[in-house]
Amino acid sequence: MDLKTVQTTYAPVRYLVGGSGPDLVYLHGAGGITAEDPLLAELGRTHRVYAPLIPGYGDSEEAPEIRDMLDFTLHTWDVVQALGLKDPVLVGHSMGGMIAAEMAAVQPNDVSRLALIAPAGLWDDDHPIADLFATMPYEMPALLFHDAEAGAAMLTAGRDVTDPNFLQTYLVTNARQLGMAGRILFPVPERGLSTRMHRIRARTVIVWGDSDKLIPPVYAHGFKKGILGAELVSIPEAGHMVTLEQPKAVADAIGRLG
Amino acid sequence: MKFTWFNLMPWPYLPDDFRETNRSVWVDIDQKLFDPAKSHAVYNTYMDLLEYADTLGFDGVGVNEHHQNGYGIMPSPNIIAAGLARRTKDAAVVVLGNSIALYNPPVRVAEEFAMLDCISGGRLVAGFPVGTSMDTNYCYGQIPSLTREKYQEAHDLIIKAWTTREPFAWNGRYNKLRHVNIWPRPIQQPHPPVHIPGGGSVETYDFCIDNTYSYSYLSFSGYLRAQALMNGYWKRVEERGVDKSPYRAGFAQTILVAETDEEAERLYSEHVSYFYNRCLHVYPGFADAPGYRTIKTIQTGALSQYAPPTGGYTQLTWKELTEQGHVIAGSPETVRQRMEDLIKGLNVGNIFCLMHVGNMPADKCMYSTRLFAEKVMPKLRNMFPDWSDDNRFWTTPLKDRVTSGSLPKQAPSREELMKTYAVEA
Repeated sequence: MDLKTVQTTYAPVRYLVGGSGPDLVYLHGAGGITAEDPLLAELGRTHRVYAPLIPGYGDSEEAPEIRDMLDFTLHTWDVVQALGLKDPVLVGHSMGGMIAAEMAAVQPNDVSRLALIAPAGLWDDDHPIADLFATMPYEMPALLFHDAEAGAAMLTAGRDVTDPNFLQTYLVTNARQLGMAGRILFPVPERGLSTRMHRIRARTVIVWGDSDKLIPPVYAHGFKKGILGAELVSIPEAGHMVTLEQPKAVADAIGRLG
Repeated sequence: MKFTWFNLMPWPYLPDDFRETNRSVWVDIDQKLFDPAKSHAVYNTYMDLLEYADTLGFDGVGVNEHHQNGYGIMPSPNIIAAGLARRTKDAAVVVLGNSIALYNPPVRVAEEFAMLDCISGGRLVAGFPVGTSMDTNYCYGQIPSLTREKYQEAHDLIIKAWTTREPFAWNGRYNKLRHVNIWPRPIQQPHPPVHIPGGGSVETYDFCIDNTYSYSYLSFSGYLRAQALMNGYWKRVEERGVDKSPYRAGFAQTILVAETDEEAERLYSEHVSYFYNRCLHVYPGFADAPGYRTIKTIQTGALSQYAPPTGGYTQLTWKELTEQGHVIAGSPETVRQRMEDLIKGLNVGNIFCLMHVGNMPADKCMYSTRLFAEKVMPKLRNMFPDWSDDNRFWTTPLKDRVTSGSLPKQAPSREELMKTYAVEA
């Protein structure tokens, strides 16, 4: 994947692009995304993949004007437009799934194929979602992965944790990325999607890791119930980071949209 | 110098194995550890101690705001301050403060502070903290990266409400109010002095300088560790070309006085240990929500003020806590020397004296407080003679003030009342 920049109203937006085939827009989760992401590589075999970074993620500029759910939703539509895309396959993981669902709800005629991978956006009092913002780094692998040990290796890959500047870099990155994510996920990752998702017209596939401990699979049923004709694909031996643990299976599920 | 007697109001009945059996003293502290019936005496004793400090000549009595917190059972400082406004005579009522991003609408703070200023006869010092991440984000659900913007708007609205003499409309991002017209308004003009508690955010330095507010560093780790942060503040004051009045700054310090250094250790070490080991046991996941502190502040290398020293407080003995300045304790002479070092070293005119520590009983607290007031405070009074006239950061009370209990003991008889209100022929 190549990293490029496209101008939008609020900020220049960084995006990963690669692969060939029908256009596909991929919206990353709260943890961000890198050019080495295995799911993007899988999707790139069959699609032209565009994965814009939310402002503040990676090396991208921040956009303080993007504050609430509507801002995130319309900004991301602005990005799609700036990229010159018409009715791309719209895919989102976790926070990105929440944004993708909102985009499909506010402009139902512009999205005909939608894939939501363990999306945020609903809340069930009987199954409260863990507080990601009060989770210590060492607790993350067990929360996010089916295989915590392998997950820990993936999370620290390429970082030198013995570097004295590591902590400060980590804190700055966290403040930029999760600070931005918090605008739609903190303190409860719900911003009214349940009252809007009936508007979605896209053919929709919902993808969930069977052992997702952050957003438990019971939430899949809420999305299935709320989006007319949505199809659910459960993926074994995968946690919330199903995109990293089972990229091939996720890409296959998205492939069902054509 | 301005000495404010401060009580955090810790819950004094945390169990011995609190650290081992609980993840945090704050946010998700065990409900069962609070005993409402016992709190009746705790609250009243703590308020009595604040009132006692007024009788000893402290310049102020101080309260603050915390939520879901085992060492601060004061979610509404204004309720305690209302009691103090009635029951104290001369001390400033220092509310340090109201976390103004949490009040909806923040006009409520303008009103309640105005009431406190009116009831106390102009003795209110108004504190406007951004609030800790634990309180503001994890307990009260404010979005971390929008907290400062919301705080700023709340501040602007409160000051405008205090200083505008006709109804106005407020079209803010977080507050839409068609008719702002607070009634009552404060006695002190243009408004009560404002103190801003800060923890090293560089933006807060400029905010204080721009508005002639006092910058307060409320740390539990003592004056030696505060030097770098306060140097940063004074450097900024100098860069901005304003005067370096010591009253531009305040500092909180745990202080414990006894006849001798040995007596201080014997009397107070268990309470200091209770505070540093149990009360400051905060789950690190609640210390600093991502986005709460600005990038600029993180890049200055300032750690959250709730970050414990390397190794944690558990490792620190009485000797280390006193030598490293977390606590200033000992004989009146020892305390005087160290207070002088603090006051000169940090160039601070406002001292928030944390004189009740952890699970300290009232008798020990009164003993230490009296020794400080009688044997230490008088010797520190004249530390900044060049600035003795600087009252920009302190209260301007009414000259003639009423106090509580001024009614006659009995209601007048009918005859007396008829006489008083007799119609002139």
